[in-house]
Amino acid sequence: MDIFIAPVKFYSNLLLQNLIKELSKRFSSSIHVVDIKLNMDDFFSIDRKQYFSTQIIAEMINLTDQYDGKIILLTDVDIFVPALTFIFGEAQLNGKHSILSVCRLHEIFYSGIANESLLLERTIKETLHELGHNYGLRHCIDWDCVMHASHGIEEVDIKGITYCNKCRTKVEGYK
Amino acid sequence: MDQKEKILIVDDEKIVRESFYHWFIEDNYIVDTAEDGETALIKYAKEKYDLLLVDMKMPGMSGLDLLSKIKAIDKDAIIILITAFSSVPTAITALKNGAYDYVTKPVDPDELAHLVKRALEQRALKIENVQLKENIDEIIKPDNLIGESFQIKKIYELVHSVSSTDTTVMIRGESGTGKELVAKAIHINSRRKYSPIITVNCGALAESLLESELFGHEKGAFTGAQFRRKGKFEMADGGTIFLDEIGSISLMMQVELLRVIETKQFNRVGGNELIKSNFRVITATNESLEDLVKAGKFREDLYYRLNVFNILIPPLRERRDDIPLLVNFFIKKFSCAMNKKIKNISKEAMDFLMNYQWPGNVRELENAIERAMVVGKSDSITVDDLPFHVSRNNLELPGDEKSLASIEKKYINRILNENDWNISKTAKILEIDRVTLYNKINKHNLRKAE
Repeated sequence: MDIFIAPVKFYSNLLLQNLIKELSKRFSSSIHVVDIKLNMDDFFSIDRKQYFSTQIIAEMINLTDQYDGKIILLTDVDIFVPALTFIFGEAQLNGKHSILSVCRLHEIFYSGIANESLLLERTIKETLHELGHNYGLRHCIDWDCVMHASHGIEEVDIKGITYCNKCRTKVEGYK
Repeated sequence: MDQKEKILIVDDEKIVRESFYHWFIEDNYIVDTAEDGETALIKYAKEKYDLLLVDMKMPGMSGLDLLSKIKAIDKDAIIILITAFSSVPTAITALKNGAYDYVTKPVDPDELAHLVKRALEQRALKIENVQLKENIDEIIKPDNLIGESFQIKKIYELVHSVSSTDTTVMIRGESGTGKELVAKAIHINSRRKYSPIITVNCGALAESLLESELFGHEKGAFTGAQFRRKGKFEMADGGTIFLDEIGSISLMMQVELLRVIETKQFNRVGGNELIKSNFRVITATNESLEDLVKAGKFREDLYYRLNVFNILIPPLRERRDDIPLLVNFFIKKFSCAMNKKIKNISKEAMDFLMNYQWPGNVRELENAIERAMVVGKSDSITVDDLPFHVSRNNLELPGDEKSLASIEKKYINRILNENDWNISKTAKILEIDRVTLYNKINKHNLRKAE
């Protein structure tokens, strides 16, 4: 099953290209970049200065019928669900759609120092994580597994960058 | 994760109920929701929930009312209240009425995850539910720590005996021998295995960054610090902190380190809050700390604090019997990862590996097999597939240069020259960090040929 990356309000072409390269090493499925005409501003909360991810996913469903595979929306903007202050990403469990924000994956937000390789590593981890949810995986207890929960950036950095054996078997097309 | 804890979310706002619902579902909880206090009470009468997340302000029965009614049914019920605004009087009332804690909406995911985890862990301890933890033992096991030699068996024994304690461990061995793997093996065989092992490569961090890295920092602690950041000691709470290349930290940081290891308390950089963390310390070094102590470069008190239980990992050349086992393990590992059909190694190639000196130890062997697997065309690794084909004679030891230092110097010089002295590339190939490479270049007085 193919993987479709839909960059929306996403401005780093280099990061996108590197992500595709890394995903291609990990999946036998084809990776495509698609342009979906989704207006993110419709989901912007003026109070929170963030974008409501659950509603974005609902809109993605309307716009991506033609794609047979997993579709992940990649964005630079900060996203939220109402109960929480922020989220890195959201995915349909056992579904087709997910969203990942790299906004809070930038090291510069935390230490003031940009680190592009760390940003790529975090983006790979969180992309694999959200895709994992699409493939039906819930959070894994193994810290070496990319499906371990990451509720803060520290936990993104601690956890591994691959699926553990148990999770890997459930992910379609993972080498 | 096979968590079976059941959470009931009580909130009149559908949108909030749903976002909590999906978040907890992904975290492996069984989740149910109720839109008001009355519905929650009906559900609570039918089902047993391990934790309730209750909105304080709801039409009809308030969160506080629901708290009192649930507590009347089950005094051990764990209830976390959610408020729209943080207010001390509300919090005091809630806590007096038996709430476990309260959070302000929207909730920081990290804070909520830890709060729920802590609450449920306390509950689990209370009812002595150890079954849950036993079920997941098979998931975590040491990787790559392979061997049948008496030296490695001795290490297994040491790991086994020290794992069940909280003793501070110091692991010694040359670069690439697997010090981190031993640290990990100790951690995953200890009662701390359900919390992370946090690795800090002390040699890779500049002095100015190490403090913030170890202790964390508050928002605005320094230019560019836009968010609060947890330090490694805080992240290791409940688990293990592994301090690699401990011999490379400055005397100033050694004072800080000693204080934190002894008190298990510290402040984040720019912060006043005293952070407590329950961690176990494992250190590793390839230097002689005794020599550093004698030279006044390492504090004696810290040395004694860290050097409680010693594990020495022998270099690969001293346990050659393990090479075939390691080679087969790496072939299996990479054939699976690369989806290649290489299944074995030729006798000539194995003889070559058995006679090589392995200055980079197991890590170098792993790299050699990985590279051979990439270039290999047949179903068996041959000598030509090994990464030593450029000049095999270069690796044979000259009669008068058999010390490890001379081999290391020669090898590093060769890799540097092969990569036109590109430090990053060379460090990557050698699988050491750039700082370590610079140190080794200085140590061996290596210079780029004009």
